[in-house]
Amino acid sequence: MKSCREVHRLVIEAQDRKLGFAERLSMRVHLILCAACRRFDAQMDLLRQAIRRFPGD
Amino acid sequence: MPSPDLQESLEKIRPTLLRFAMLQLRNEAAAEDVVQETLLAALEGKSAFSGRSQLKTWAVSILRNKIVDHLRRGSREGTLPIVDEQGDEDFDALFDGTGHWQEAPGDWGDPAVVLEQRGFYEVLELCMKALPEQVARVFTMREVLGFETEEICKELKLSSSNCWVVLYRARMRLRECLQLRWFDAR
Repeated sequence: MKSCREVHRLVIEAQDRKLGFAERLSMRVHLILCAACRRFDAQMDLLRQAIRRFPGD
Repeated sequence: MPSPDLQESLEKIRPTLLRFAMLQLRNEAAAEDVVQETLLAALEGKSAFSGRSQLKTWAVSILRNKIVDHLRRGSREGTLPIVDEQGDEDFDALFDGTGHWQEAPGDWGDPAVVLEQRGFYEVLELCMKALPEQVARVFTMREVLGFETEEICKELKLSSSNCWVVLYRARMRLRECLQLRWFDAR
């Protein structure tokens, strides 16, 4: 199983490139099992939503 | 003749537009130029503004296009700084020897709630300003202006992997900054 260190990179790179099938699979499996990385994933998602709405209201 | 109302309303959002342009261009003269072009285009194309969307949203969308044009022109003329290989700035310290988080990422809460909080965007802007110039340029092209990654690499003459690395660093720095200045500070 991939480590959190490897998975946090995949979580970020998934926003900027299409991950390969094996990468996507290993990331998903890890996220199901790891609450810390799920929170990291949610942080990156919030960051993206925030920037897309920039400059805010 | 542009209506005085529209002109006045546009003048009011001018500082916002200027801040927005400065963040991406990091050059006052260039930012002034694109904002000026935006205001003129807005006045000329006022029929396109139906009042359905907010005036600011509409003006920002024009401004985005002007900034994109400006960046494209710049890259053709070769005036964009090439992003160089940066020192190996390490986010490794976030993990222990076995690859686990040293400190587990915190729960930032519901984006719908956080993004509505007063002051959030000021802090985000502060964090974006703190990014190194080249990193900020790649990141805003990607996220604020909505370029595809391949297009950014091409425009800035970067390898794909270099592009991903720069975007990775931008996201990690913004995360760190928001944690410190917003989530921890509340």
